Amino acid sequence: MDIRGPLAVLVTCLLPMVASAQTAGPSGQAMAQTCYVCHGPDGKSAGPIAPLAGLPKDHIIRQMTEFKTDRRPGTIMNRIAKGYSDEQIVAIADFIATLK
Amino acid sequence: MTTTRRSLLKTAGTVAGLGVIGMPALAQGAAGKVVVIGAGFGGATTARYLKRLNAALDVTLVERDDRFITCPFSNYVVAGFRKIEDLTQGFDGLRKSGINVVKGDATAVDTAGRFVTLGDGTKLSYDKLVVAPGIELNFAGVPGYSEAAAEKLPHAWKAGPQTLLLRRQLEAMPDGGTFIVCAPGNPFRCPPGPYERVSVVAWYLKNNKPKSKILVLDAKDAFSKQGLFQAAWESEFPGMVTWISGKDGGKVESVDAATMTVKSGFGNETGAVINVIPPQRAGAIAQAAGLVAENGWCPVDPMTFASARAQNVYVVGDATIAGAMPKSGSSANVQGKVVAAAIVAILAGKALDAPALLNICYSLVTPDYGISTTDVYQVSADKGITTTPNAGGVSVKTPTALNERKLEAEYTVNWYKSITSDIWA
Repeated sequence: MDIRGPLAVLVTCLLPMVASAQTAGPSGQAMAQTCYVCHGPDGKSAGPIAPLAGLPKDHIIRQMTEFKTDRRPGTIMNRIAKGYSDEQIVAIADFIATLK
Repeated sequence: MTTTRRSLLKTAGTVAGLGVIGMPALAQGAAGKVVVIGAGFGGATTARYLKRLNAALDVTLVERDDRFITCPFSNYVVAGFRKIEDLTQGFDGLRKSGINVVKGDATAVDTAGRFVTLGDGTKLSYDKLVVAPGIELNFAGVPGYSEAAAEKLPHAWKAGPQTLLLRRQLEAMPDGGTFIVCAPGNPFRCPPGPYERVSVVAWYLKNNKPKSKILVLDAKDAFSKQGLFQAAWESEFPGMVTWISGKDGGKVESVDAATMTVKSGFGNETGAVINVIPPQRAGAIAQAAGLVAENGWCPVDPMTFASARAQNVYVVGDATIAGAMPKSGSSANVQGKVVAAAIVAILAGKALDAPALLNICYSLVTPDYGISTTDVYQVSADKGITTTPNAGGVSVKTPTALNERKLEAEYTVNWYKSITSDIWA
């Protein structure tokens, strides 16, 4: 929630363009907000479910891809990650990386 | 844009040089008045995300009670490892989010005049209305059952006094008695719920009254996470649980509170405790507002959850017909976010985002044994809401060194903390 500084403002303002570029599906923000069901509001989880806030984009993409391809063992995330295209995973990661 | 309008405005206000960047966002926030009926999972999520997405909106949340007691985790109150206070959500967090929480019973909606009437005569006008009434129990759906009979044969399908009544009956039950669960046909609130209840009650009985039995008389021939539940019943409580499917005579024909018997094709069964979960339909205000189809539930546009029956009205949560989505707290939460985004975009004259929908249902078999089912959904105008192929599904059949059952039991508790703070904290 604590988005501070010019970079964060720019990222926030640019997101609508990212969203409108992929008219076929939901925006990264819309998809990322569904993560909060388990990972907590704005990606802040009490644990043991991993908090998402503060994770860098590349890390999120790597983890989601490894869940999706079952290279990383898990419980529910393997089943969920398979529900998203590689492009959608990037869009989700783009948004989550803005969470502080 | 959330992360959010509020923080963006705050930033714009505090960083003078960036005021120009912040200004268009302000202009987007065309003010409007939204009334939300119901402060459960769907309604409270919608109200909160409306304010997150556009703090300038005037959002009024109508709720008849002072607090909301969640159905999720209420089975654990019945089994004795949670207290009802643990499931009680207050509304101070919603008020702090800028939502006007009004205590009242919405009794009528004038969809042409765009106002809601409360029991005390108050009228609330709206630009957009969100109806999130949850379920109404159809007592008449089980012959012999009634609201009065539920004082002896609890449904405990709305959390609160009924949950505590079923808990007291379980505690008072003699060792060697039979606990009967009458499970409804589809669709109904919380598809795994009756079977989670069977599981945690079995856990309690095994530890306290091990000679007791559980009999499930079911209107259905299959149920959510069936393979996982039945395997767990065999491994954790061998011989304790008997499930009778509809085709084997499990559909209940009548119940009798005086003699504590349940009549079905399976025979006349006497129970020490009888839990009757009757069929259900959309909450009363959805019916009064004319939002309900012949099957008792509310048809909606799957892209926005706009009512198919009235203009400027949206329906979220258990009351809806939401295609492949189950009637669950998780479903209601993500649907609420879809509705909030749609209303904010429409009021601002902006393009709609596509809906992002998923569901997660955790269940506990014991406090240390958790299982889950999940799906990610696709939405199209012609096919509605369907599950994404080759994704989702239930927990592994055979646990590995990862110790999935224990992990998912911990995740169940974490899910509850996360979703309730997303909505009410």
